[in-house]
Amino acid sequence: MAKVLMKGNEAIGEAAIRAGCKNYFAYPITPQSEVAEYLVKRLPEEGGVFLQGESEVAVGYMIFGAAGTGERVMTTSSSPGISLMSEAISYIAAAQCPCVFVNIVRCGPGLGGILPAQGDYFQATKGGGHGDYRLLVLAPDGVQEAVEMTMQAFTLAEKYRGPVMILGDGLIGQMMEPVEFPEDLATEPINNDDWATNGMSTRKSKKRNLVKSLFLDPTDLNNHNLALKAKYDQMGREDIQFEAYNTDTDYQVLITSYGTMSRVCRTAIDSLKEEGIEVAMLRPKTLFPFPEAAIYDAATKDSCKTVISIELSMGQMVEDVERCVKGQRPVEFYGECGGDIPSPEKIIDIIKGII
Amino acid sequence: MQTEIKFAGFGGQGILLSAKLLAYAAMKQGSFVAWVPSYGPEMRGGTAYCTVVISDKLIGSPIIKNPTHLVAMNRPSLETFVDDVKPGGIVFINSSLIPVRSNREDIIELVVPINEIAADAGSVRAANIVALAAFNAKAKLVDPELLKQCVKDEFAAKAKIIPLNMKAFDEGMNFVENN
Repeated sequence: MAKVLMKGNEAIGEAAIRAGCKNYFAYPITPQSEVAEYLVKRLPEEGGVFLQGESEVAVGYMIFGAAGTGERVMTTSSSPGISLMSEAISYIAAAQCPCVFVNIVRCGPGLGGILPAQGDYFQATKGGGHGDYRLLVLAPDGVQEAVEMTMQAFTLAEKYRGPVMILGDGLIGQMMEPVEFPEDLATEPINNDDWATNGMSTRKSKKRNLVKSLFLDPTDLNNHNLALKAKYDQMGREDIQFEAYNTDTDYQVLITSYGTMSRVCRTAIDSLKEEGIEVAMLRPKTLFPFPEAAIYDAATKDSCKTVISIELSMGQMVEDVERCVKGQRPVEFYGECGGDIPSPEKIIDIIKGII
Repeated sequence: MQTEIKFAGFGGQGILLSAKLLAYAAMKQGSFVAWVPSYGPEMRGGTAYCTVVISDKLIGSPIIKNPTHLVAMNRPSLETFVDDVKPGGIVFINSSLIPVRSNREDIIELVVPINEIAADAGSVRAANIVALAAFNAKAKLVDPELLKQCVKDEFAAKAKIIPLNMKAFDEGMNFVENN
């Protein structure tokens, strides 16, 4: 298929359709309302349903209900909206229902502002809701990846039978870039008959299914949590994604950065290279599971003296980076989170300041 | 090789569309492109701007502080952004609405009365298409025929206004070529 020029938000909507998503529930919030605007038009053409909830709390549970039937379902929101959905996300993770949450992050805390930020890293990767659950979190760096990851998200949600989150930011949502859509996913979800509450009349097996998160017996609950943990461990073995940039050089500094911020770092790395300064970047594409071994290996290369995590936050992913580097190298941090994105020149100054 | 063009004007002047059409044509020509709007809070009638990045390699930072060229559709846009333009770039000035000039010696000033040209072509509403065609005639970023086709495609659902926009496009181009 030929390339088309699309806004990130619209491209995410189209990607969901091509992934076979027939159910989309949402509540509008800047900077991602175009997803709803796009899908309210497109979904009915595909025989799907768009429903605007009365609040994000309601939307979270609409997603839970639809996901419990094994249907492909997605919502999109932005930071404060995701906070409101977080209770439902915990329930969905516990009840093991596949679905996709897209967070087009804006500045926080509180109402914050509407410009791009990465301040929801902790919320996405450490659990915005309560209890021992994890989300598989994908972080695109542009419109093309937003499309690919949205489609992957549905596959991964079904593979692990749980919620998957796309963590974008306002720039990725608002920017237009050329995109090429991957091949459509098969329309039928993986056979759900052994778990989903999808109706006895259509199901081949006559087993009664129950979707729930309440386990009052301590042994049952412990076993349930062990089963969830086993899934999260499997994600770490099978579904870590990252990009290594300029790592085949004798770099002095390793940058860790993701999403929009990583693109600025890429430009800074290219400029520094022209001056004869080699800097590399390790860009996690999955924020959970985190590319722990790749970061350790890149950080401990002989030429590498320092690691710096550069984020649109006050220092969140850097904690995971420190954990991975295991004290083998100093780990520095630079971040801004008022909505302005630091320029490549700023990043160049920061890097020159630490070498 | 990377070129960045900032389009700026007040809301309703169609700058987002002009920029999108340029990005679209550049994409069709095989370039990497990004269209980056400013979506911060703005009051009604305030300035709107967006940046198009055209590159022969994968675009890194799409956030551009110093663009190669500026297309200024109103006075505040010119005054706010003119000093950001890289030396040697084109500063396009819509002289229908901007009585001042860039006051810079190190850039190429392109002064076009786009509202009058558009009005002569049939409607002032096509001023953004005049600007697009005129700017591209000078900057030569994309093949004008391809760009014109992109304008035509954009209005495919509103066939009635295609002739107006085609005329506006030609007149914008002619103005630059004949002056």
